[in-house]
Amino acid sequence: MQTRREMMTRSAAVTLMLGAAGVLPAQAQSAWNKGAFEGKSIDDVIKGLGLAKPVESKDITFTAPDIAENGAVVPIAASTTLPGVKRIAFLVEKNPTTLAGVFEFSDAVETSVATRIKMAQTSNVLAVAILGDGKVLYAQKEVKVTLGGCGG
Amino acid sequence: MSDPMRIRAQVQGSGAVVRVLMSHEMETGLRKDAAGKTIPAWHITEIVAALNGQTVMTAQWGTAIAKNPFTQFTLKSAKAGDKISISWVDNRGDKRTDEAVVA
Amino acid sequence: MRRRALAFALVAAAFAWPGAQAQTGTADGIAQYRALLADGNPAELWEAKGELLWKQKRGPKNVSLEGCDLGQGAGVVKGAFVELPRYFADTKRVQDLESRLLSCMEAQQGFNAAEIAATPFGRGEQLNLEALVAYVSAASRGMKFRLPQARAEERQMFEAGKRIFYFRAGPYDFSCASCHGEAGKRIRLQELPDLTRNPGDGVGYAAWPAYRLSSGELWGMQRRLNDCYRQQRFPFPGYASDATIALATFMGVKSQGSVSIAPSIKR
Repeated sequence: MQTRREMMTRSAAVTLMLGAAGVLPAQAQSAWNKGAFEGKSIDDVIKGLGLAKPVESKDITFTAPDIAENGAVVPIAASTTLPGVKRIAFLVEKNPTTLAGVFEFSDAVETSVATRIKMAQTSNVLAVAILGDGKVLYAQKEVKVTLGGCGG
Repeated sequence: MSDPMRIRAQVQGSGAVVRVLMSHEMETGLRKDAAGKTIPAWHITEIVAALNGQTVMTAQWGTAIAKNPFTQFTLKSAKAGDKISISWVDNRGDKRTDEAVVA
Repeated sequence: MRRRALAFALVAAAFAWPGAQAQTGTADGIAQYRALLADGNPAELWEAKGELLWKQKRGPKNVSLEGCDLGQGAGVVKGAFVELPRYFADTKRVQDLESRLLSCMEAQQGFNAAEIAATPFGRGEQLNLEALVAYVSAASRGMKFRLPQARAEERQMFEAGKRIFYFRAGPYDFSCASCHGEAGKRIRLQELPDLTRNPGDGVGYAAWPAYRLSSGELWGMQRRLNDCYRQQRFPFPGYASDATIALATFMGVKSQGSVSIAPSIKR
């Protein structure tokens, strides 16, 4: 019976081999953007994603709570009806690493996504919309993170 | 072996709203265990959503996506019976795909 | 004299007003936060796992739990949760859900109940109990609590639970009533439900088991009570012990008629 470690090393090796053979579907081959995910500031992340400087826009609907009872789970959502938006990235300014995630949309889906993030402390949270022509727009909101009590 | 995802895809107008709950620790790599040792980062790095075999949305995730992640997105055009598949890969190379049918 | 009292009241009100507003602002904020999380409760992952475990042949005897009687007859899951704790003739005891699951796991599947009870929360078979508890409670979601009190044993458990609830102990002289004995109490931003009466649908007893966002864990009532003991600096009560069943009986009977929303989502 294989140990979990053996299985994972095996599967990683298989993945590598299949990737090298060009067998894996295209999306699995796009490398995880380490540089952007290790960025410790909004500027770091924008640079890591190779983007132009973002411009604030009222055309992005960004939903986030004013107060998060617990920073471990903060529900956020962003949507826009602007044409040409290919990706939406969520940034948490004061997190140890600022970039939470980047969503990429095909024409088959609305440019709209909801997810849940972790916040280390009260911080500005940004929804950055990246257009196909290189334009970068954002909406931001301050989310207060409380400690909560010891019940419930 | 990871636990199955919960995928709900419900018709809405001419499209469908898809809600996914994934089971994953999403460890940040910043926490320490009781002995003081750092618990290594363990998180989903990529997700792929497909409709009837065609990729419709992908994402790259870092450590700041919450544990047991919830994601919701909207298909522009879908009907009951269409097949949704959601896949994830994590930084240890583990992967998982689950499917559901649009209701 | 009355003029003075009125003036005092007005001044007091003036000072209270901004505080009251900040409080409402915070309360609204938290209500909004909870509303945004209402859809997509990770507890559903436990519910799905629990359903599989209920139907899966497991244990030394390789039998499923489908023959387990939770109070509504063998294998009947719907409606069982809202009538627990209750007396069971085969064990001659009043049992809550977790204690009853242990009985079935031992008698029917051949597991060692004492071993499972001694297993720390979040490990081994305790993880499976979390899932089973989520599955069974979910089957009664939306139903009202109607714990039976027809038998003497059930009434005794209620009385014992009441005594325990009000019993002050530990280095801080706490009792359950210290935090949950009155309406309108809170610790920092957490409202504390009054467990001496029905605190409302989906509140207090009616909200457990629950998925706790802060730790990403599914807590059954046993774990919730265990943590209450920890917070009061009491020794731990023992998993599925009579003390915990008595407390659950007291709280359940007091909230009779409230609607269960378990498994719910909590901070």
